[in-house]
Amino acid sequence: MSKMDNSRRLFIGAGAAATAGLVIAPGVTLLDLAHARPADEAASSAKRWGMLIDSSKCATGCNDCVAACGKENGVASTGHPETDPQWIRKVELKEIKTGTSHSLPMMCQHCAEPPCVDVCPTGASFKRADGIVLVDRHICIGCRYCMMACPYKARSFVHEEHEDQNPDVPRGKGCVESCTLCVHRIDRDQQPACVESCKEGAMLFGDLNDPNSEISKRIATYATTQVRADLGLNTGVRYQGI
Amino acid sequence: MSNPAKRRSVLGWLGAALAAVLLAGALPAGAHDEHGDHKVIAKGDKCVEDAAYMRRNHMKLLKHQRDETMHKGIRTTQYSLKNCIECHANPKTGSVASSKEDFCMGCHTYAAVKLDCFECHSTKPKAAGGTLHPIVAPSVQPEGTDKQSSLSGKMRWQMQANLASLNGGEGVK
Ligand code: SF4
Ligand code: SF4
Repeated sequence: MSKMDNSRRLFIGAGAAATAGLVIAPGVTLLDLAHARPADEAASSAKRWGMLIDSSKCATGCNDCVAACGKENGVASTGHPETDPQWIRKVELKEIKTGTSHSLPMMCQHCAEPPCVDVCPTGASFKRADGIVLVDRHICIGCRYCMMACPYKARSFVHEEHEDQNPDVPRGKGCVESCTLCVHRIDRDQQPACVESCKEGAMLFGDLNDPNSEISKRIATYATTQVRADLGLNTGVRYQGI
Repeated sequence: MSNPAKRRSVLGWLGAALAAVLLAGALPAGAHDEHGDHKVIAKGDKCVEDAAYMRRNHMKLLKHQRDETMHKGIRTTQYSLKNCIECHANPKTGSVASSKEDFCMGCHTYAAVKLDCFECHSTKPKAAGGTLHPIVAPSVQPEGTDKQSSLSGKMRWQMQANLASLNGGEGVK
């Protein structure tokens, strides 16, 4: 497997063009393009991808992120709502005494210490070097231990056969799945589909390991929350305003 | 041209299939296989490795690439399934595995080797233009398979039908 030189060269060419594009159009926030990882380079623990969700900006009743996720990943209703997979869902929170309400999207929190990975008997559940928690469907036997272990109910079992998948997002009957942070998009320097779709700007995606990233600066400045921080899972998805 | 469907003994048929696979190694793209009706469908005239090597080893290359991509995020295209599908999709069905005419299913049906890649992976290249998503893009229905509601169902049916035809001399309906 040593014939990778060409694709690397091509990719570097494309990367250079993108960087040049940055200079011509300074108004566009394409900062991450400068850090493009070549296609033949493995994801590294120098990065830790995460997300910050500002629930004070998230609009009650809005479902844009859920719809965008469904469209990007091919997660559509099968007509059986009880067993339909959910990669991301909207949650409404209400403080009973004051009546204050919050709306927020909830999905796999990409834990640094993921219980789903701890319990998986096959090694199908794993955490990629850059912090993204995934299921390798080639290995998953569909035992659903991880679904039981996840404190956030983030995982779903696929009960139905599928066709016409997004070629970037293979999925089918018999495996467990959950939010991948749109890993296929991240690997080509795009934002997760939900983040891109949010008109309120309530979702921020970035590198938690880089102190100069927007997400790290916000987390350093404002009070942010990990849901069920008491479990000590060190989640990659953080919330603001709850 | 001898028709392998007439052969009754399983052993004889296996021999024929093996011979077909070995002989077909030298075929240029677009040629017809003399032991079956299936056609080598490819956009270019050169594969990422030579055809004989690919016939024996494509599964090893795919499996290696699968682990590299899944676990390390390495997304080189040379041996990626997506890239194979881009090049080998049948212009008629838009797919590599929706019917026996298609690239993957053609050979796998003939050799009676079940493949389950497409229980999860799309059999079609990404819709042109980049904005279309597979769930909204109109899907091309191969002829004569509308009774099977899912892809894996279709594949199983085709495999069984083909085996039946080989054993009993009956043509696939
Ligand atoms: S949120 Fe659940 S599925 Fe996601 S990493 Fe944590 S335990 Fe695993
Ligand atoms: S369902 Fe799959 S990923 Fe989950 S624990 Fe079982 S084998 Fe692991």
